[in-house]
Amino acid sequence: MKILYFAWVRERVGKTDEDVDVPHGVTTVSDLVAWLAGRGEEYAYAFENPRVIRAALDRTHVKPETPLGGAREIAFFPPMTGG
Amino acid sequence: MAATIRIQRERFDTAAESAKLTRGRTDIGAVVTFTGICRGAEDGAPLKALTLEYYPGMAEAEIARHVDDAQARWPLLGVTVIHRHGRMEPGEDIVLVVTASSHRQAAFEAASFIMDFLKTRAPFWKQVEQGDATAWVEATKADDAAAQRWVKKDAAE
Repeated sequence: MKILYFAWVRERVGKTDEDVDVPHGVTTVSDLVAWLAGRGEEYAYAFENPRVIRAALDRTHVKPETPLGGAREIAFFPPMTGG
Repeated sequence: MAATIRIQRERFDTAAESAKLTRGRTDIGAVVTFTGICRGAEDGAPLKALTLEYYPGMAEAEIARHVDDAQARWPLLGVTVIHRHGRMEPGEDIVLVVTASSHRQAAFEAASFIMDFLKTRAPFWKQVEQGDATAWVEATKADDAAAQRWVKKDAAE
């Protein structure tokens, strides 16, 4: 699965995107956040407060409880500040 | 109705974009243009510049979804949304929304609706330069409330 990071989530993780093999048992967006947070200091820092992290699955906004299903791409980012 | 949605680094010409929507037509009676501009100060502190990051592909799709919603709610005859990305300095235009309709109310309300959702749902992030420091702008509750009022209005109707 391709994971993209934006804004300060990208800065904290230290990369714009990566391909990961999502382990069995990781079935929802919040599962993935919890799993990523355990991958190292930079991930723990990026995901230290999951409540402020927004996610988009195949370029559509989703909630933490949304199943990953067969999605190809997920993005994590802070609340949006455009306009 | 065809909508124009562009995300670009370059500056845009508000008058030219408005004229494009009305050229050669006599059914349009109202055009509203909203331009968002980079301010020279934020919370009293001078601002040197801001940089906009966005999610290519999703940003266009998310704006299109809300333009479609606007078209379903109001009898629009034209919509243009242009959002810039990259670094811009105070006084530079950031975002443009143009709505055209037969009458003013639809054009005013649709422009406001599109902007409210653009601020809270379109994947853009602002970083500001103040002095030697840079900081990510935090989302405001006021912007969330502005988008939410369209949802509440629906529930009441």
